[in-house]
Amino acid sequence: MGRVAAKPFSQPAVTLALIAAHGLTEEEHRKIVHLLGREPNYTELGVFSVMWSEHCSYKSSRVHLKLLPTEGKAVIQGPGENAGIVDIGDGLCAAFKMESHNHPSFIEPYQGAATGVGGILRDIFTMGARPIASLNSLRFGSFDHPRTRYLLGGVVAGIGGYGNCIGVPTVGGEVFFDESYNANILVNAFTLGIAEKRRIFKGTAKGAGNPVMYVGAKTGRDGIHGATMASEAFSEESEKRRPTVQVGDPFTEKLLLEACLELMKKNWLVGIQDMGAAGLTSSSVEMAARGGAGIELELSRVPLRETGMTPYEILLSESQERMLLVAKKGQENQVKKIFERWDLDAVVVGKVTKDRTFRAFFGGAEVAAIPVAALTSEAPVYHRPAERPATQDELQRLELEKVPQPEDLGVVLKQLLDSPNIASKEWVFRQYDHLVRSNTVVGPGGDAAVIRIKGSHKALAVTVDGNGRYCFLDPYVGGILTVAESARNLACVGARPLGLTDCLNFGSPERPEVMWQFSQVIQGMRDGCAALGVPVVSGNVSFYNETDGVPIYPTPTVGMVGLLSKVQRHVTPWFKSAGDLIVLLGRTREELGGSEYLKLVHGSVKGTPPWIDLRLERAVQESCLKAIEKGILRSAHDVSDGGLAVALAECCIGGPEKSLGARIELREMMRPDALLFGESQSRIVVSVKEKDLGRLRDIAAKEGAPLQILGEVGGPRLAIQPLLQLPVEELRAAWAGALERRLRRDEG
Amino acid sequence: MRVKIFVRLKEGVLDPQGKAVERSLHTLGYEEVGDVRVGKYIELEIAAPSRQAAEKRAREMCDKLLANPVIEDYRFEIQE
Amino acid sequence: MRWGVIVFPGSCDDQDVYDCLKHVLKQKVEFLWHKDRLGRDIDCVVLPGGFSYGDYLRCGAMARFSPIMQGVVEFARNGGLVLGICNGFQILCEAGLLPGALTRNASLQFVCRQVHLRVEEIDTPFTSAAKKGQLLKLPVKHGEGCYYADPATLERLQKNRQILVRYVDGKGRPTAAANPNGSLENIAGVCNEARNVFGLMPHPEDASEKLLGSEDGAKIFSSVIAACGTRGKRAWVA
Repeated sequence: MGRVAAKPFSQPAVTLALIAAHGLTEEEHRKIVHLLGREPNYTELGVFSVMWSEHCSYKSSRVHLKLLPTEGKAVIQGPGENAGIVDIGDGLCAAFKMESHNHPSFIEPYQGAATGVGGILRDIFTMGARPIASLNSLRFGSFDHPRTRYLLGGVVAGIGGYGNCIGVPTVGGEVFFDESYNANILVNAFTLGIAEKRRIFKGTAKGAGNPVMYVGAKTGRDGIHGATMASEAFSEESEKRRPTVQVGDPFTEKLLLEACLELMKKNWLVGIQDMGAAGLTSSSVEMAARGGAGIELELSRVPLRETGMTPYEILLSESQERMLLVAKKGQENQVKKIFERWDLDAVVVGKVTKDRTFRAFFGGAEVAAIPVAALTSEAPVYHRPAERPATQDELQRLELEKVPQPEDLGVVLKQLLDSPNIASKEWVFRQYDHLVRSNTVVGPGGDAAVIRIKGSHKALAVTVDGNGRYCFLDPYVGGILTVAESARNLACVGARPLGLTDCLNFGSPERPEVMWQFSQVIQGMRDGCAALGVPVVSGNVSFYNETDGVPIYPTPTVGMVGLLSKVQRHVTPWFKSAGDLIVLLGRTREELGGSEYLKLVHGSVKGTPPWIDLRLERAVQESCLKAIEKGILRSAHDVSDGGLAVALAECCIGGPEKSLGARIELREMMRPDALLFGESQSRIVVSVKEKDLGRLRDIAAKEGAPLQILGEVGGPRLAIQPLLQLPVEELRAAWAGALERRLRRDEG
Repeated sequence: MRVKIFVRLKEGVLDPQGKAVERSLHTLGYEEVGDVRVGKYIELEIAAPSRQAAEKRAREMCDKLLANPVIEDYRFEIQE
Repeated sequence: MRWGVIVFPGSCDDQDVYDCLKHVLKQKVEFLWHKDRLGRDIDCVVLPGGFSYGDYLRCGAMARFSPIMQGVVEFARNGGLVLGICNGFQILCEAGLLPGALTRNASLQFVCRQVHLRVEEIDTPFTSAAKKGQLLKLPVKHGEGCYYADPATLERLQKNRQILVRYVDGKGRPTAAANPNGSLENIAGVCNEARNVFGLMPHPEDASEKLLGSEDGAKIFSSVIAACGTRGKRAWVA
């Protein structure tokens, strides 16, 4: 390759202090020396530190992640690529992934969240898929915490700012508040894309001599060591690290997206990968590893936004909106032309080599030479000690008889509907364009979003779910419940699951109790996935979510994608007309552990999460799906946070049109608060025309799902005899404006 | 020459950003604050033979692109 | 007739308008690239929603200088039909083809929600298929949709009946709560004096199919189709 004039770079000396500052342990340093057969230079040390960071290497989680089932008949691409891919028929496939951007979002909420969205979008279109929908799973501290409103406002505006501008609809998500996230919020961004099956692209570098091209925005000093930041717990120190947060440019990414998709229609590409965490380093190393090749880069050719950048900085920069691609030799100019049409840079910065080594040059002088394997397959793998905390037994002890019964259950229902966790999230969703691309059949607020596939009768349904409180009380059961609820949400709109992606948010893996939570959650998810037949196709692990030594609740979130063969058959949660019968699929048990009610009314996070029988879960979901496929359900809504009473209220007031009342009778022999607000799993509230009740009964009986007639739709009130009775407009007022009321109060 | 351009909404055009900043300043105890206006500040380098020439070019840029005369006023400073 | 949908860098709803015209309304439609000249066989040019050039300076400010816009201005002066939706409306105002300007929403937030529009005038090629006073259910999705015009311009708009649609509540009243962005007089869309250029903030292309919740948006497009059908090619004169 040509020699370019660049100021020679003299590598600073590598000292023990410098090694420690890069977050590498002494043992890891010894391993590096062993693998290289010499001391690394300064640039190489930087490369090792990011490639061996928890974020890039999965060194603490790898042994556990192996347990997750990743195969299924629809799976085209499992974990290990930029995104997972499942077959949706008609020559099309769906690519999806979820990723965390927790730490950057806490430091600078708008940009942190925005670049989180930008990153996950690139993961999708780098596979050749056009992004068609985004969702997100957010966790903030208690609403009363002084920083929560600032963080909420910034994160929501950032997600909207990026997604709206690039023209990908944000169709749903979840927002949850709890003290556990006071100083470590979670921002997990999910994107779904659609690709032609015969035009899937991977992040691979093959064919010695093929040019390596850099496309997209120019490189600056932003985000250097973002990957190491994501691998450290928060401290006052990292609060001071503001400059490492990247700034997003959705307009450039929109151009990049269109240019890449245009390029992918041609036959000029060998592989392509987004420059995410650890930028140019991880993209080139990972591509070389997947292709079994080496890569050689001339860093002085990288388009720069700032002057005087060193090779170290160029390699580690996390500037956004950049991609690395390997083109077929001789097609460089054709590739450049496409990017020029979109006013973007495309520069040959290196080539694929045979020697399985990652080499970086700066003005012709070699500044790094590391075997690719040393950075990938030889990276450390830790079997970290795991131990069940001694306090777990006490945590799970909940003596129901000591929980006082509320006097007025109606007041409690209103209190729940008014609580930030259950209240309408309209204030959040209306800041997102959830309609662009005109495919949104069910947007935010339903159990799952429904996105039609133009040119077919099909639709994809998507949901993101997680419950850190359940996982905190029992991580194994919590893991199962997370998967089960996701699949249930899909069943409620009439979609059969194809696969899921996960974002595993935990504290420090160096704490045995956190590793115990982690391994338990994985085992729970494994069993949930196996029982419900849902493979894991992609995912991300985020450790070190803690502040001053206190880990967050173990919070796995999952994004699940399902298929509806007939979009017209989809069902929404809201009651449709007076006179329809209201039916519960599933069974209510007397349990309150981990419930929103227990936390909100009694200030307690204790007990065991709701009991689950996966066979029952399957039967309930299958009944719901079959009934929707037969066209007999008028509405279906999952019973979750706040229990049956909240679910019924949401069916009455949650719809886009006017509210409808309901007349219900509940005669179970159990504590009324558990009956109304307990969160027993495997329950779906459905409504049917009276004439269809028999058919629904037959389906449920055949599947083995319990069925109970609760009452009928109609009247101006939600009346649950003999327990409570309230005008629906009063319920709607409590629920609809709750977030806004709180935010406005704050403005004074 | 360095041109520093200040663009702001005209008097009489609703400035919700200014209002929001004013409200926040009041909340923080700066009761004496009033009539907050939020604007834009643009800096650029211009190669021009004389100060007058630079002024002429800058004014053109403002009229054409940098400000919208329907809703915005502008002024600029030139540093040689 | 033939429709052209301009693709600016940063256009997002270009595909939506295209699909709606082609597949829902069965129209002949093509994309027009911003760097090209405007072709001669187009009867109605649509400037779609999105964030042209990132909307980084001011919404629509940079797009008006795209090569294709010269042709659009000329086309409009000769009586050609031009429809600007959302960002397209902003561009038309910046280009001086429509009076007034669109500023930041009074809430300071992006707003995506369904609104009701009241059709104020029907003697235009964009609203003739509706009835006077008819309510249309359409979505808005924008951060800068607050319509502003100085008092003299507003008076002229009223005198010439150029305000074609207003934000109203479900009962047809132009209340403050029904106004999603703080627009002057609840204005959602205006036309030029010659009535052949129309800009509106709501998105008819996202509301032209029952599956998407409303078919009311099709009224706008079918008005144009009718106008072109009866008056012949590019010959609309008010």
